[in-house]
Amino acid sequence: MNVQLYVWQRLTAAVMAPLVLLHIAVIFYATRQDLTAADILSRTRGSIAWASYYGLFVAAVSIHAAIGVRNILAEWSPLKNRRADLTGAVFGLALAVLGCRAIAAVVLP
Amino acid sequence: MSDTLSELSVSVWRGVAEGRYETYTVPQRASQTVLDVVTFVQRHIDPTLSYRFACRVGVCGSCAMTVNGKPRWTCRTHVVKVAGGGRLEIGPLQNLPVIKDLTTDMEVFFEKWQAAKGVFAPSKTRHDPIAPIRPDTPARMAADAGIECINCGVCYAGCDTVRWNSEYLGPAALTRAWTLVNDERDGGNTARLQAISASGGCHACHSHQSCQELCPQTLNPTASIAGLKRRTAAAYLKGEITA
Repeated sequence: MNVQLYVWQRLTAAVMAPLVLLHIAVIFYATRQDLTAADILSRTRGSIAWASYYGLFVAAVSIHAAIGVRNILAEWSPLKNRRADLTGAVFGLALAVLGCRAIAAVVLP
Repeated sequence: MSDTLSELSVSVWRGVAEGRYETYTVPQRASQTVLDVVTFVQRHIDPTLSYRFACRVGVCGSCAMTVNGKPRWTCRTHVVKVAGGGRLEIGPLQNLPVIKDLTTDMEVFFEKWQAAKGVFAPSKTRHDPIAPIRPDTPARMAADAGIECINCGVCYAGCDTVRWNSEYLGPAALTRAWTLVNDERDGGNTARLQAISASGGCHACHSHQSCQELCPQTLNPTASIAGLKRRTAAAYLKGEITA
């Protein structure tokens, strides 16, 4: 890992830390209040706030996890730097696509 | 009167990368060091045994070996502290090529020391007045904390990251870089921070802290490397170095 990847991984970790706590709080709230899927969707659909919140979350996760997977591959697998870079990037892109799809499912009207 | 207490069973690595442990019986004595044991084997049992030592008092850093699975400076390691059940297994340092028996090739270790820009880069000439250095500044105290490294290679041999990442510069080279980064007389820090920010530099460290645990000088290379991570990240964000 070089300094660029290090900085991106630390920055995205710093972004994710409060987002994870809020995400867990939301899960507790939804289960304690016995919210149904319809209740949740009525709050999230068309909400720019929820779209922004989870959009930022997905972006941070995709970058952070891509760098982490790239590092694991570079250190522990026969894939060395260039191939590990590429595999990590594909993994991050897949996470971003899946995450955006999930966000679209709950915020698009 | 003999000062022999009893006998030690000592397994010593013989060979190069391929080889075997051979067992010798050595008299156990009071205040005996592991280096004394190796020397006894070489002088009284098998003169073909190869090993390296110089000062015998923990200054030169020449005599590090693997003792019962851990890298140690053998001249300052007392047998009674490490020989559980009167048994000793002595091998060459790990993570370094073996030349013969207990002697390792330290070339890659010192090449990485150079790659980390571990050489002082003067910012003044001999014609300038001597720079007054206050010993109580945070930077000087950080430099002093790492400057007692004797380059014995114990931290390098005990480092998990060195084991699986041959590019990694290692704790000793990075500790040296950290002392120079904090030396206000040094003028080579941009190049130094650039060198240790590349792949295999300080960001490869996983902070396992084996170096801190094993360092015979009780230095803390992990803390030095953490300092380098902070310093290089700040330099990168300011645009002073590139990825």
